[in-house]
Amino acid sequence: MILKEYEALLEAYSRAGGDRGILASREVGSLLIHENKVLGANRVEGLRLETEEFASGVRVRFLVEKGVRIEHPVHLCFGLLPQEGLQEIIMQVKMEEGSKVSVIAHCIFPNAVRVIHRMDAELEIGPGAEFNYQETHYHGELGGIEVIPKAKIRIAEKGVWRSSLSIVQGLVGKLDYDFEASCEEKAVAELLVKAYGKKDDELKVWERIHLNGRESRGLAKSRLVLIDRARGEVRGETYGNAPLARGHVDCLEIVNGEEAIARAIPIVEVRDRLAKVTHEAAIGSLDKKQIQTLMARGLEESEAIDVIVSGILRG
Amino acid sequence: MNINGKAVLDGLDLHVGRGEIHGLLGVNGTGKTTLANLIMGLISADEGRIVFEGQDITQLSISQRAKLGITLAWQEPARFEGLTVRNYLQLNGRADPEELEKTLHLVGLSPEEYLGRFVDSTLSGGERKRIELAAVMAMRPKLAILDEPDSGIDMISLPYIMQGVAEMVKGGSSVLLITHNESSVEIADRVSVICAGRIIQSGPPKEVCQWFKQNCQVCPAPNVPREEFRR
Repeated sequence: MILKEYEALLEAYSRAGGDRGILASREVGSLLIHENKVLGANRVEGLRLETEEFASGVRVRFLVEKGVRIEHPVHLCFGLLPQEGLQEIIMQVKMEEGSKVSVIAHCIFPNAVRVIHRMDAELEIGPGAEFNYQETHYHGELGGIEVIPKAKIRIAEKGVWRSSLSIVQGLVGKLDYDFEASCEEKAVAELLVKAYGKKDDELKVWERIHLNGRESRGLAKSRLVLIDRARGEVRGETYGNAPLARGHVDCLEIVNGEEAIARAIPIVEVRDRLAKVTHEAAIGSLDKKQIQTLMARGLEESEAIDVIVSGILRG
Repeated sequence: MNINGKAVLDGLDLHVGRGEIHGLLGVNGTGKTTLANLIMGLISADEGRIVFEGQDITQLSISQRAKLGITLAWQEPARFEGLTVRNYLQLNGRADPEELEKTLHLVGLSPEEYLGRFVDSTLSGGERKRIELAAVMAMRPKLAILDEPDSGIDMISLPYIMQGVAEMVKGGSSVLLITHNESSVEIADRVSVICAGRIIQSGPPKEVCQWFKQNCQVCPAPNVPREEFRR
């Protein structure tokens, strides 16, 4: 049974554009979870990966040892192939001092009619450590999925956290994203969400960055494109609490449908006279000049819109 | 042509010959950009006709005009998130990779450095303008309308822009070079001066530029053509 699920998940992963060979490589750290079952795990030197299955999901402990800089990105693959189900991933991440890793997560729910995918993560990025996290979702066209990723990230001095979440393929369904990062001295937090809302998709994005340490830096960035009846709400919050802290909230929401609705709520707060936090939010239709420029190169209007939207969601 | 009840272009008659660089000179607010937008189809006129290679294109869309071989380089080109210079230059699929590199070299940009960069706000104004010109060149247009390619750019970029214009004509394009700077139209075959939406002078660059200096640059009412210039 497990072998069958393993094959089915890999097949879905390949169809979504993933490289099966990477998940099979012994040199690449990886973890493959279907529903609440761990189908495969590959540990590489310096990476401790422990898992524990429970009724509705899997608890994952992910640790990179002190000073270890993992050469190849670690691949995580989370999926649920049946039409209904719940998958909870409870993740604890610890990056020890001076360690570095890039993680590419693939979340695959191609048949979802009534599926919930929840991730609760606690992350500790040690002094001088660096964690780059890139999560891409592959959804089907039914839209019956709720994606609820929540993370609390503590970044010690000179630590770096960079994350991006991309839900561009298929219908988003419901997204309730909530990432909160706290930065100590000279630490860096960059949060990015890119999503393409269609039909009746509902997208809620909440990015919070607390710049608690001197010279810490934060960027809360979001790119949402909404068509049909999709609704999007972005709350980007950045708090400058320490001298020379620098933060920026950058929100772009494009509405290209008669009934689509976009809302942005940027909050910038400064509690230190030497801190500085800025924000920019652009909400509305596609830029006419951009469309005309591409049409003047010979593209039809619809083709021009596709190029612009693809760029926004890629960039 | 009226905008908000005011005539912006009025009785304008302009002919750009095949393989010609035609300079259009005029001070600010005389209707240069309006004319560029009108030819490209971004706006439509109340009356009059635009004819391209014998075909009336007045009612055609922007895309249809572009497919006939007309294109426009904006005075302030748009910027695009997530679109690389490579993809931007290949939008119409005419330029092969070797040609792209050559085109970038012609506008003084290194392909190694620029092809992978995004056409977004990380580019300076001069870089963006040079890439716009390269994109126009890559399209191999029959008519390139260049709206103030020389404005807002540094002295290093300017010769590359002019070199790009010359190369385009060598490649068989006609160019309508719009500017308020008479030294930029020295490379033109013919120059016309626009004032208050009318062509008030036309001829060889040397004479017309001299005339422009003597009359337009010292004109007390630059947007009102003097009676003797009305035709």
